[in-house]
Amino acid sequence: MKLELKLAFKNLFGARLRTLLNVLVLSFSFVIIIFLNSIMDGWDQQAQKDSIEWEFGNGHLINEKFDPLDPYTILDGHGKIPEGTNGIIPILERQASIYPQGRMISVILKGISSEQTILKLPTKILKESKEEFPVIIGKRLAESTKLNKGDKVQIRWRDSNGTYDANILSIVDVFDCNVPNIDNGKIWIDINKLWEMTNLKHKASYFIVDNKFKDPELSSWNFKSQLTLLKSLKDLINQKKTSQSVVYGLLLAIALLAIFDTQILSIFRRQKEIGTYIALGMTRLRVVRLFTIEGSVYSILALILGSTYGVPFFIYMSEVGFPIPPADQKMGIALADVIYPVYGVKLVLMTILTVIISATIVSYLPARKIAKLNPVLALKGKKQ
Amino acid sequence: MEKEPIIQIKKVSKSYPIAGKEFLALKQIDLLFNKGEFAGIVGPSGSGKTTLLNIIGSLDKPTKGDAFVLNKDIKTLSHKEAASLRNFNIGFIFQVFNLLPVYTVFENVEFALLLQNNSAKQRKEAVMRALKWVGLTDHAGKRPDKLSGGESQRVAIARAMVKTPKIVLADEPTANLDAENAHEILKTMKKLNKELGTTFLFSTHDEKVMGYLDRIIHLRDGKIEKDEIKNK
Repeated sequence: MKLELKLAFKNLFGARLRTLLNVLVLSFSFVIIIFLNSIMDGWDQQAQKDSIEWEFGNGHLINEKFDPLDPYTILDGHGKIPEGTNGIIPILERQASIYPQGRMISVILKGISSEQTILKLPTKILKESKEEFPVIIGKRLAESTKLNKGDKVQIRWRDSNGTYDANILSIVDVFDCNVPNIDNGKIWIDINKLWEMTNLKHKASYFIVDNKFKDPELSSWNFKSQLTLLKSLKDLINQKKTSQSVVYGLLLAIALLAIFDTQILSIFRRQKEIGTYIALGMTRLRVVRLFTIEGSVYSILALILGSTYGVPFFIYMSEVGFPIPPADQKMGIALADVIYPVYGVKLVLMTILTVIISATIVSYLPARKIAKLNPVLALKGKKQ
Repeated sequence: MEKEPIIQIKKVSKSYPIAGKEFLALKQIDLLFNKGEFAGIVGPSGSGKTTLLNIIGSLDKPTKGDAFVLNKDIKTLSHKEAASLRNFNIGFIFQVFNLLPVYTVFENVEFALLLQNNSAKQRKEAVMRALKWVGLTDHAGKRPDKLSGGESQRVAIARAMVKTPKIVLADEPTANLDAENAHEILKTMKKLNKELGTTFLFSTHDEKVMGYLDRIIHLRDGKIEKDEIKNK
């Protein structure tokens, strides 16, 4: 095996341009596959981190009548805060309409304790503000409504009896967050103020729980752990990864096709060489092994070449990140302006193994023909 | 000196399928070669010279009859056994040299020794010795494409001789060489035959080669026409 490896390197270095082209194509596949995967991993990590920090906390305790995905449940989907339960932050959701520049826009008013520290929402400012109805909104809502920090906007809502009421909200802060669920169409207000506005004192639609929360059997409330809440996000990312694997497959197929093509050509064009190997005392099996290893060596050389330009590229991208167009950020999933790729050991090793194993297989398939060659004809360079 | 049989060919026939018909290349050949012979098989194209050489070199098998090389029955050898026989005991010299193009002269000559798993030191000594026999020590680092035809064939001789085989099979070794180079090559082979006692077996129709041979076997249409002993 050692001899075959040595000869394979020698043969490939001797072939110069043919080797360079194959290695270049394969190294490009290496770099692209690792980079695209690292972007997906980076997105996965960033989306999970942001969702936990801004939306999920350690889990949600949801009123049995409230379904976060069904707006029809907002009206009656709330309940009284269970007594003696620690580590929970109540959130009350109510429907409302705002009228920026005379246009009516439906929004969800979300009441949250201004003293909470579980979520990254800058709720502290709600307590500090001297305004009568201070609220905070996210940059997406600010953009769509053309509202800015310091602006005032009229709001109309219904109290617990269904009676309409209206007032003027003051935008005291516009926060920048990558989680659309807490931004798009959401206005955050101190829960005490919302209770007062809606006459729903000590009522909540759901709770954000922290790590002190123990999961007691609370009637009328369903607990969804952080893992459960993250599942849909993970499913989405996994689905994206699967669809991206088609791109990797195509890239890899192009590179492997180049190797396969070279191997087929080699076996036709190097018949005399194959015959000479056999005449000099090499067994056919060793010649098959030599040609197979030559194919594998392409992937090793591609790994070396790919590292020379890939590693600086990866380092650069991990510093500047991969910018995401604004249109993509409105997809309704946690997506930052810039995604920083994450290069895991598993990702790199799996890519290397995949490429080396695939290259070996596509090299072996045509090389098997050598075992059936007639050495006498091969020595004369006759095509078989 | 007592004669030691090294190659025995007994009623060997060889046929090939050509255009759907069986072509009989060798017909009931009987031959015996002793150790240290400098013999040649001569005859026109298609007479079966190369076929006979290929059978002796264990690259091919007889259709009928038996061929024993160094007491090994060529017909029953496995691929692995045949490879081992060639690797340790048979050197080949081809008409078009068949040097490995990406290897240097040194590496081409070294190749057979690599297959024998010799140490680097042993290999280097043997390669340099073989290159000295053919007068090419100064060309060790060159690639085959930088060599003349005569030099290439001398590298091929060094490659065949480096493992000090018992038999060297040379298939039209002078066909691609000019007269001067052909004589040089033949002198070198004759010298090695005398000094090392290696059996040389040629396939040729070159008059120059015939002048150096001790024994000439005339082959025509797959049959031995004449077996003449010369220079003895």
